[in-house]
Amino acid sequence: MGEFKVHRVRFFDYMPSGIRALAFNQHNERMAVARMDGTVEIFHCSDRFFQEKIIPGREQCGIEGLSWVGERLFSAGLNGEITEYDLTNQSVKYTIEAYGGPIWTITGNQQGTHLVVGCEDGTVKLFEVNEDKIQFERNLDRQKGRIISLSWHPSGSKIAAGMMDRIQVFDVETGHSIHRMLADRGVGTSRSKECMVWSVVYLSDGTIISGDSVGMVKMWNDHTGTLIKSHNVTKCDVLALSVSQNEDSLVVGTSEGFVVQFQFISMVLEKDDKEWVRTRTFRNHTHDVRAVAEITTAVVSGGMDTQLVVRPLLDKFEVKSSASALRKINFPHRSLVSCARKSGLMLFQYPGHLELWRLGESEGQGIPGSSLLVKRKPEKLLHLKVKGEDHIRCSAVSPCGEWIAYSTASSLRLYRLHCDNNNVSITKISKIPKVLSSASQLCFSSDSSHLFSASTQSSVHLVSLSQSGCKFVGTLKPKSGSHQAIHLLAASEDGKWLASANSDHEVHVYNLHTQKPHCTVPIYSSAVSAMAIHPTTNCLFMMHADQQMFEFSIEQKQYTDWSRLVQRKGLHDIWLGRDTPCLNVMFNPQNPSHVILHDTYMLCIIDQSLPLPDGKTQFYNQLTLKSLPKEQRRSHSHAFKVCKTFKDILCVELMSDQSLVVVERPLEDISTQLPAPIKQKKFAT
Amino acid sequence: MAALYEGYTLCGVGPAQNSSISGILGIELGRDIDHVLVTDSSRSVTVYKVSDQKPTGSWTVKQGQIITCAAVFNTQSQEYVVVTDNKVVRVWKEDDVYMERAFKATVSAAVLRVLSAADSEPVVLFCCGAVRFLDSLLASPQQPIEDVLAEEEMIRWSTVLKADHQLVVLFSTEQRGEHWLYAHRFNPNTLVKHRLETEPCLSAPISFSARCRGSNIHLLYLYLNGSLYESVLPLRSSATGAEGVQALPRSLLLNLPLGEEELISGAAVVLDEAHVAVVGSPHPSAGHCKDYLCIWNTHFQTLQASKEMAGRIYSQLWCYSGKLYVPHGKMLSVIPFECQKSSLAATMGKLKQSQSESKSCSLLSSWTAQPHGDITQTPGIKSRMSTRNTSIKSALTVDQLIEHIKTGAGEDVQAEVGEFIRLTPQTDLQLATGRMALELVSRSQTDANFYPQCAFLQLLETRYLCYSVCPELLSLAMVKKDFHLCQIAFQIFPDIPEAVTCACLKAILSTPDSEIETVNLDTESVIFMKVLTQNQSGLEEEGGQQNGFCPPALESDVSDTPCSKLQRDPLALDMSCPVGLHKGALLNEVLQTAYSDKPLLPHLKDLTVPEVIVFLQYLLFIYLKYSHDAHKQIPALRTPSFSQIIDWICILLDAHFTVLAVAPEAKRLVSDLHKFVRSQVKLYAELGKIEGSLQVLKKSKQSEDFGMYSIEVIELF
Repeated sequence: MGEFKVHRVRFFDYMPSGIRALAFNQHNERMAVARMDGTVEIFHCSDRFFQEKIIPGREQCGIEGLSWVGERLFSAGLNGEITEYDLTNQSVKYTIEAYGGPIWTITGNQQGTHLVVGCEDGTVKLFEVNEDKIQFERNLDRQKGRIISLSWHPSGSKIAAGMMDRIQVFDVETGHSIHRMLADRGVGTSRSKECMVWSVVYLSDGTIISGDSVGMVKMWNDHTGTLIKSHNVTKCDVLALSVSQNEDSLVVGTSEGFVVQFQFISMVLEKDDKEWVRTRTFRNHTHDVRAVAEITTAVVSGGMDTQLVVRPLLDKFEVKSSASALRKINFPHRSLVSCARKSGLMLFQYPGHLELWRLGESEGQGIPGSSLLVKRKPEKLLHLKVKGEDHIRCSAVSPCGEWIAYSTASSLRLYRLHCDNNNVSITKISKIPKVLSSASQLCFSSDSSHLFSASTQSSVHLVSLSQSGCKFVGTLKPKSGSHQAIHLLAASEDGKWLASANSDHEVHVYNLHTQKPHCTVPIYSSAVSAMAIHPTTNCLFMMHADQQMFEFSIEQKQYTDWSRLVQRKGLHDIWLGRDTPCLNVMFNPQNPSHVILHDTYMLCIIDQSLPLPDGKTQFYNQLTLKSLPKEQRRSHSHAFKVCKTFKDILCVELMSDQSLVVVERPLEDISTQLPAPIKQKKFAT
Repeated sequence: MAALYEGYTLCGVGPAQNSSISGILGIELGRDIDHVLVTDSSRSVTVYKVSDQKPTGSWTVKQGQIITCAAVFNTQSQEYVVVTDNKVVRVWKEDDVYMERAFKATVSAAVLRVLSAADSEPVVLFCCGAVRFLDSLLASPQQPIEDVLAEEEMIRWSTVLKADHQLVVLFSTEQRGEHWLYAHRFNPNTLVKHRLETEPCLSAPISFSARCRGSNIHLLYLYLNGSLYESVLPLRSSATGAEGVQALPRSLLLNLPLGEEELISGAAVVLDEAHVAVVGSPHPSAGHCKDYLCIWNTHFQTLQASKEMAGRIYSQLWCYSGKLYVPHGKMLSVIPFECQKSSLAATMGKLKQSQSESKSCSLLSSWTAQPHGDITQTPGIKSRMSTRNTSIKSALTVDQLIEHIKTGAGEDVQAEVGEFIRLTPQTDLQLATGRMALELVSRSQTDANFYPQCAFLQLLETRYLCYSVCPELLSLAMVKKDFHLCQIAFQIFPDIPEAVTCACLKAILSTPDSEIETVNLDTESVIFMKVLTQNQSGLEEEGGQQNGFCPPALESDVSDTPCSKLQRDPLALDMSCPVGLHKGALLNEVLQTAYSDKPLLPHLKDLTVPEVIVFLQYLLFIYLKYSHDAHKQIPALRTPSFSQIIDWICILLDAHFTVLAVAPEAKRLVSDLHKFVRSQVKLYAELGKIEGSLQVLKKSKQSEDFGMYSIEVIELF
């Protein structure tokens, strides 16, 4: 079947950023995640938590709070600004200064009319949400001490604010404080430390729930301003609270790394007097859980250990499926690595810089399973820092290795690379056409003669590259009215076709010769996670977030027979049950029937000439095949050849010399770079 | 193993009706398994809560009336049913105080019994053999009842069984010395008549017990001569078999060791598929007292548990939910029991060394390797037997032979036994050997000059004997100092009690070597001992240790002088065998017997200190030999295993720990043992370390560090 030389690369020091805030939008089932570095990511909860959109952050923006108002997403941070995001173009729409010092919290009311922010100077600022902007309305009564957390009463008439050592309840109408509830400090040495009310939740029945730095979750009555019940959850801090839509379940994130669920249930069966009872504990994090959210069927949590954990509530499921499995999202669902196939270069995208590496070389031959002697070590050719505060949105290196392009939210830059032997130099192409202000995705044609830059309103700009510089050629616009940003581009080997995929799940194919839209692939319900055009047949191969695969013949504008066969026979359960999306599709020019795919945990070659596995077939059959004599292998093999040698894969690329590049980022390496978690006494240590 | 637990008295028993039936008419299960219904022949029905040993309800009939059948509890209607004066059916509830006021109906024919199976309607069995459901009978009490049985046919026993929704009423009848068994099945109603096979010498069966197992009914019946037979009936009637009388095939399940006596009364009840409880038969080793309740394993024919019952025994025995109800003397005792699933291992105590078993299987075909053939003695007998064979054409029957044994001369008896064993088919032999052995032993015990060793050996060779069949044999051999017989018995008997094992051990140890050396023993075991003792010199010359293992010098033994040889090294093989070859061979047999620790321990305490020391020395000797791998080179079928030796050392030390600690003559032995064990522990500790480092090697190979960059080759198939 095939032997491959694999460059196993582990020197990409990709370091995801810790999760600071979560906001769940019930209506469109999107989860917004804010990270420490200011990145905001949108996950589609009902599409296997596919990371639909990434809005890169900026230096020093320090998001502290995230809030949906209807379909609009706002954030506020320690820089004292409120930001609204343009989710269509995946960028910041505008920011306005709140003039209250650092903002610790932001929350919108359920009616979608107002936003409040809690500021360092002790003010709660009320903003009116207008059609296209937000407008400062007024301050509520100013308090002494910073406002750490805020929660609207579902009616929108009252606001609870968590502060230092106390909780304040405001009447929105008058702006006056109605109640002031004192949170107890800890006992002993922590007596001298202030009690920070990290999080409050205001329920419709008037109960206020608070989580504080003493480790208590307290239930208060807003009518009398008295404590109803208090639960000691942890010795450290309770950092985050989230209540379910119907207010019968509360999840609590703690700095010890576990998440506790409380449920509002009656103590005596079939009696009505319900109480909040601590029910479950989920231990999926190693570090502080900074944000929790309860969605319809799961508890989502994130924190300093950078992973987003989706812990399904098994009582909400009737059948075991991929939705009922624990999901940990460690890596972005975009490729951060691009490879120059013809020259053995790799471009690593970090938030603030790019690195260009040359692959090493090996000597001699080896039997399968062995490592070869490395004759030349890989070499870091370039460290390219980004100008400005914005983080990199996308980047690409041309197949020939001569061009490097990257884009931030504000600018696109193109560089030409000169490599003669050991001297590497780059020149910035200065005269960039004005239209190329920013790109959501970049791609070079296979002969490196053109750069495709995905722009606003799902359009793609065409730029021709030459020794002298670059020249704007034209813009490809889809026939449909979708304005969503493009997150994937795929150019054909012969330079005739270009395919683009956007967040509306639309896949458009353009004829580059005529610069006209050629056709549109029927829209599938799940997002496209990877796609590529076959070099010989010009079929577009698409992988979706729900693990389905389609092959679409561009010339015939229809699905191929093989694709129909796959849909008719269905994919194997093991294949469909994988929990990370495929992130790259490649083709082996020597073997046109082979499609190479990868996700975080495996590398797979699909041989389209072999029969598809059915439900009874052993899916992972590589070991079985290995043990069989050669002549029997054919009869036992099926189309999916899965290699699980590698794990925590960020990228796989097939180079033109038939060798594979596998970029791994072991999770252990990430965890060793994290700050130390809260020290916990373990037995006998 | 089965066990009988401490019993307790449930109630007193009225005057007995006759020799076989006590004052209790019957015991039936009450509303749950903890309640039983005891019907007294003196007009009363009492409900007892068994765990509390207390009556919870009692009903009596009026003066002049008598209860004629055991009361039953109808689980469906939660009512009690009893028949008084043969024809009056009375039904009452738990909370009825007087039976008189309860419902009653007079039926047209005499009722024998009301039978009730769990979760089904009670069935009324009439004296004439007819069967009716209780509710249909009570619906029209005066309905005519047909005669099923012949004129003089009497029902002796009856029961009802229920399995798979099939209800079967079984009853046995007697008519002029002939015995019949009827099986009445319902839906459709069929009645099948079977003839119970009888032999002229056998009288009537005295006790029946039936159980459903699978789709068959297993019927067990006990004869006065102690034979327990089993017959199997299908649970569902075959369509064709409804007509005519069928003979009921039977098989002999167990022959109770009665000697020549007969049971006066007794009863047997099936406990599970392998166990039978018998009351009224004597304990095989307790003489002729018959007042025992015994649990027998019918698979292995072994006695599992027994209990002496004071007072007179009747032919009555009931078993409900793990408890046996035995009327004896003037009381009714409840005796809880437990029958564990019987495996051979459980029946025999500790599992025997499986290695030797398999070996003997594979090698038994060769005559020279026959493990216990007494080659030196048999030729003479064989020749004599062959001459006899011509003169006595027809083989003797067992009974004739037993008569001969009682009176005949020693040599003749031996010859006849040999002849009998040779000519009798295997199946019959199985039953006969026990009787012969018992007879031979009892004669030997009474007649000091009579000791047919050859006959015993031949009987042993049949392998049909076991300890429980003839318990006296071993003690007899001990008394006669017949160590050869002992040896063979140890090899063959799987079920020697620990007490007897210890007694034999004591006898072996206390007999001087000079005496034992003259005894003719199984040659192979002697050869094994010979090689074992010879090997030591050979090995010593070679220089001892193999595999390069050099035991670390012990702190106490450290001496810088090269002539440390002078100091005794406890690990060196300079220890000579502390016992003679023959004694060693016998001890080896003891080591290989099956035993359980707990029962063995108290008996081991009977050994005297010198005996313990000698035995311990021997064990240490053989342990040293074994740890130097000497035994591996000796081809022998039966050798004590390493673990057996260690087990024995442990248990011996346990039993005599205090004595050994203070006895001055044991000091050196114990310290040797200690040193040796310590060196072994050290060795194993070292090995443990090696294991650790080897594991690290293995692990390191698995999680190979790829470093930051590597170029690998993978292959996909």
